[in-house]
Amino acid sequence: MIPNMDPGIVDWSRAQFALTAIYHWLFVPLTLGLSFLVAIMETIYVKTGDPEWKRITKFWMTLFGINFAIGIATGIILEFEFGTNWSNYSWFVGDIFGTPLAIEGIMAFFLESTFIAVMFFGWNKVSKKFHLASSWLTAIGANLSALWILVANSWMQYPVGMKFNPETARNEMQNFWDVLFSPVAVHKFLHTISSGYVTAAIFILGISAWFLLKKRETEMARKSILVAAIFGLITSLFLAITGDGSGYTIAQTQPMKLAAMEGLYQGQKANGLVLFGIPQPGKKAGDGKKDFILKVEIPGLLSFMGYRNVDAFVPGVEDILYGGYKPEFWNVPPAEKEMALPVSEKITRGKLAITAFIDFKNAKKAGDEVAAAKADSTMKANFAYFGYGYLHSPEEAVPNVALTFYSFRTMVVFGFYFILLFIIVLYFHLKNQLQDKRWLQYIMLWTIPVVYLAGQAGWIVAEIGRQPWVIQDLLPTRAAVSMIETTSVQITFWLFAVLFTALLIAELMIMTRQIKLGPKDGGTK
Amino acid sequence: MTVGKKLLIIILIKLFILFFILRLFFFPDFLKSKFSNDKDRGDYVRDQLIQRK
Repeated sequence: MIPNMDPGIVDWSRAQFALTAIYHWLFVPLTLGLSFLVAIMETIYVKTGDPEWKRITKFWMTLFGINFAIGIATGIILEFEFGTNWSNYSWFVGDIFGTPLAIEGIMAFFLESTFIAVMFFGWNKVSKKFHLASSWLTAIGANLSALWILVANSWMQYPVGMKFNPETARNEMQNFWDVLFSPVAVHKFLHTISSGYVTAAIFILGISAWFLLKKRETEMARKSILVAAIFGLITSLFLAITGDGSGYTIAQTQPMKLAAMEGLYQGQKANGLVLFGIPQPGKKAGDGKKDFILKVEIPGLLSFMGYRNVDAFVPGVEDILYGGYKPEFWNVPPAEKEMALPVSEKITRGKLAITAFIDFKNAKKAGDEVAAAKADSTMKANFAYFGYGYLHSPEEAVPNVALTFYSFRTMVVFGFYFILLFIIVLYFHLKNQLQDKRWLQYIMLWTIPVVYLAGQAGWIVAEIGRQPWVIQDLLPTRAAVSMIETTSVQITFWLFAVLFTALLIAELMIMTRQIKLGPKDGGTK
Repeated sequence: MTVGKKLLIIILIKLFILFFILRLFFFPDFLKSKFSNDKDRGDYVRDQLIQRK
């Protein structure tokens, strides 16, 4: 910690960002998924001409509108925080972050906000087909917004397509397509939007189940359940497939995160995937304690998922800390082609890179181009470890293993539960027995909070699992925060807590009122 | 009040709070408010990155 740096600034800045992101992620998934479900229902209306489908569409569209209105711009606060609390990070990422966010604002947001007006206020004012097209374009616009922000986040996890400029202390984009089509970005985008689709499907299932429990609007509920269950089953299967893809990219780019997800300290060949386990409380790398109190695993599956080879070696936390294994990742630095370096050596090389950065600055100031070129060369040779130069001990490279492990399991267990639920709901629906299964209706209703929990758990894996890095291997969180007073961050933390909670309560109140009114009065006026 | 009007009011209040209270008083852009040009901002961040090691 440097002099004059307020202790606690890092933790409070992280807490504030986490709070904002968690609240933001309460609103976004429903927007992503419900927009498509509404478009699908409207398509059925236009194709069949059945006015009941128009009534159903308008009901769900109203709920979509409530969620959209309350949630809109909650993400803007994250951008404010980049500029205020994370100034070093904002500068360091240069145009890598700025470009996707600019495209998001210009393309996606305008698409969404233009056509959403037609969607809500254009009924009976424009043709059926134009209105339908507007609904689809709103859905596409919303999902395109997600694309760009997820491309930016993916770059944090796997920084590619850029070159660091020591004169400006910024990363400069060298290849836009490398950033956009990074395998991490592709899998993360598909997996994240799928989670939104599943969230929306569960939402419709649950609300429809409520109507069945109340023995109201049963036909509306049954029709909605059929659409949502089919959509949900397809997207939840896709969620599992893209989850596997995400796991594979994590193995290739963030091996420490994978080790944390599995609570794996000592890797091995033919490594199993933990189905169920209780990690050893207080376990630290190198303490000799067992990884788990209890563990049930599927042999070879983690090796297969991570490396598409059931016999592959999967490094654990201790392997990554102490080195000595042959890394089979993407973009392995030249120094590690045959054997992974211990983190202690990476710290040494990172400090060399930072020292060279200092030497470059001094040489430039003195007008000594020869010395500057030498320093630049040293820095480039060790830049892959730049972020390690900020670590005080190798153990700082280890994220919170227990939190990552349990969050990952929460997400995956619930993910498979959703697949099962959609299958069971479809089964009874097709047998025309759904209305009699009150136990299932209660399960459908109470799965609504579960799907939100699963979504949040996924983000905890993504963002806690990447610690201490804000940019993998290049910039730790500690080096990224602004030198501001912790008090100001604390004040805004509590401000947000109050503001977002108020918004959430407003949404729940307005939403439940609309649901209770039902489709009869649920049309968009 | 219709739900549409209610939502519009919420949106307007929210946007006002976000852009005219939070942004102005609590979330100044740290680098832009301290420095007037990119060179000075870059120099500052470079010094910060050096000092944080």
